[in-house]
Amino acid sequence: MISLAGRDIMHAWGKFVFTGVGLGLLIGITLSMAGIYRGMVDDAKVLLDNSSADLWVVQQDTLGPYAESSSIYDDAWRGIRGMPGVARTASVTYLTMQVRQGERDVRAMVTGVIAGEPGTPGWPPYLVAGRQITRGHYEAVADIASGFKLGDRLKIRRNHYTVVGLTRRMVSSGGDPMVFIPLKDAQEAQFLKDNDAIRQQRRRTAENPAFNRPQVPGLLDAVIASQSTNSNVNAVLVQIEAGHNAEDVAESIRRWKRLTVYTRSQMEQILVGKLIATSAKQIGMFLVILSIVSAAIVAFIIYTLTLGKIREIAVLKLIGTKNRTIVGLIMQQAIALGVIGFVVGKITATLLMAPIFPKYVLLEPLDTIIGFAAVVVICILSSIVAIRAALKVDPAEAIGG
Amino acid sequence: MKYLPVQGRTLALLVVLLPLAVLFVYVALRSGPLAPVPVTLTKVENRAIVPALFGIGNVEARYNFKIGPTFAGRVKRLDVQVGDQVLAGQVLGAMDPVDLDERIQAQKAMLKRVEAQLSEAQAGHDYAATQARRYEQLLAARSTSEETNASKKHELQVAEANLNAAREELVRVRADREALQAQRHNLDLLAPVAGLVVVRDAEPGTTVVAGQAVVELIDPKSLWVNVRFDQIHAHGLAANLVAQIVLRSQEGEFTGRVLRVEPLADAVTEETLAKVVFDQIPAPLPPVGELAEITVALPALPAAPVIPNAAIQRINGKLGVWQVMNGDLRFTPVSLGAADLDGHVQVREGLTVGDRVVVYSAKALRARSRIHVVEQLPGVKS
Repeated sequence: MISLAGRDIMHAWGKFVFTGVGLGLLIGITLSMAGIYRGMVDDAKVLLDNSSADLWVVQQDTLGPYAESSSIYDDAWRGIRGMPGVARTASVTYLTMQVRQGERDVRAMVTGVIAGEPGTPGWPPYLVAGRQITRGHYEAVADIASGFKLGDRLKIRRNHYTVVGLTRRMVSSGGDPMVFIPLKDAQEAQFLKDNDAIRQQRRRTAENPAFNRPQVPGLLDAVIASQSTNSNVNAVLVQIEAGHNAEDVAESIRRWKRLTVYTRSQMEQILVGKLIATSAKQIGMFLVILSIVSAAIVAFIIYTLTLGKIREIAVLKLIGTKNRTIVGLIMQQAIALGVIGFVVGKITATLLMAPIFPKYVLLEPLDTIIGFAAVVVICILSSIVAIRAALKVDPAEAIGG
Repeated sequence: MKYLPVQGRTLALLVVLLPLAVLFVYVALRSGPLAPVPVTLTKVENRAIVPALFGIGNVEARYNFKIGPTFAGRVKRLDVQVGDQVLAGQVLGAMDPVDLDERIQAQKAMLKRVEAQLSEAQAGHDYAATQARRYEQLLAARSTSEETNASKKHELQVAEANLNAAREELVRVRADREALQAQRHNLDLLAPVAGLVVVRDAEPGTTVVAGQAVVELIDPKSLWVNVRFDQIHAHGLAANLVAQIVLRSQEGEFTGRVLRVEPLADAVTEETLAKVVFDQIPAPLPPVGELAEITVALPALPAAPVIPNAAIQRINGKLGVWQVMNGDLRFTPVSLGAADLDGHVQVREGLTVGDRVVVYSAKALRARSRIHVVEQLPGVKS
């Protein structure tokens, strides 16, 4: 038995394939949009993965350190380290700022990590080039998305840092590349004012008679010194010992240390549910609309393709072809069009579209499978309209009209 | 319009569709989460490493002299400016003596008066002594009464007491004058040592309280770097180790050595403090307070298995590396030894020389990750 659909496609295969490619570009955009959405959520999750923490200890009643600002004393870790079930602790600071390198500057999340050895919470878990930080000051490990190279000199506030290592996929929840620097430098970068502000503050303090008392030499210097020190960090990352329940450890820290503690799942809830919620919904809504529009366009294409063949269908009916055969012809063509479109879409989304987006695009296999199923279902549904038109055609049209 | 024969058309369609299908399979398997992770490998090497410590500090002067008055008063003059070299004992300035000179003048007059009183007492005493002697002789010749003689003796004793009182008064007044003169000298601000003037805190006419510094001196030969090492990176720090000093304002390095490690650490900043002295004081003199980076070289260690620190990861609480054995990944826990500043870490246990371990990976690895060994990870510009 010969395939009517196949014969018909062969009849005008160029037109058919090009229609499929056009459809494919549309599907590619839809898949990319799904990838952008997934990428946003993934950005939030890799931020949590990369900190390799089980618990985040932050200022009381804040959603820090990512969603809100939080500041706790930098010796808070000592008390937390002594709590039962805590294996490792590390103070950490996060600050999104412009990092200068030569003429250009890059928006980056500067992360202060405590001195120690690789594997300490907060440190980049893996590198793609270079080495981890070994000096306690003025070294940086940067994400490759920042465009920095090994050996580059970065300027953060007034200090220069040498890039000694590169990472990949170390981004903030907003997709900004991360730059890891030693904690003491990061504390300075976060809380140190610019030189003009420091001078103005000194002058203001000097003019205040309460601080500048002639009977007490040295008081002014002491006050100024105390104004320009910083002993705060944004959070303490905690890894818990094997065999302890994260929620139990968190509860005891909350109870006895009077600090707010988030577990991994709570943190994910904050990041995905609060921090990126609106923008993710925005992209999600766009994805829904795009899907509906794509479905409509697929339906129109198949309907027009069928209408273009209406005379041939009338001939088929005239020579007594069964309705089932005609339905098969249209539906097979619709599915073939959908499959070509999907294949082209997947290829373009992966090879052409995803790499050019500035932020991460995550094309998940499950999304691809769902996308494929959706394309097939949409093709079948939209061919129903065309089938109705084809079955209603009067065989007389073949010779008449 | 001429159609291709069926065979030709099928062929043409295949030419278009087959590459698409191949590309699709490639895309599905080689990109996204199913794709193998590009990694670079290295062999565990047997090599000697030279650990080093890195810290930052400030240039400070070991001896810092704050010179000011010991009494509250007004600055009369200051002869030196910041940057001047001064000699030991040089007068740097003076405080306003107010009425001190007049009081010294008064003391001088007082001294003269007391000297006059002394000579008067001396004359009185001489006369009384003569009288006493004379009446003694007269009494011997029975020419005067016992009573008169006794009264003359008494007068002599009184005159003697007067003379002593006048002498002591002279001593007192002289001492008073010397005290005032000493105070007068004390108003001069003197350099205790040869040094460099670094601060001029008050100008002539300023009133300062007792103990407030007017001029500060440093001894330029005593410059050192007060350097802070994070306690976690201070293992092996000891006196007399060679140190490289990089000053923020100057190109090039200076050599020095660790003078001492402070017995008191900074408990707040969790840092160990040490003093590093220059082998040769840089010229021109670096500003006091300038930031300096210090690298202290520790003695070289004997050769041992060494891996790059980028290879070290912590999985499930254990420190280890991803080892490649027969093309499969295996997480091998390791115990680490000393490290140098270039990122080499000694492995005490877990690996032997020649083992192949993953250094860089494009993604976090798992035991079941498929890997693809490359020379350099894609996207890394060298």
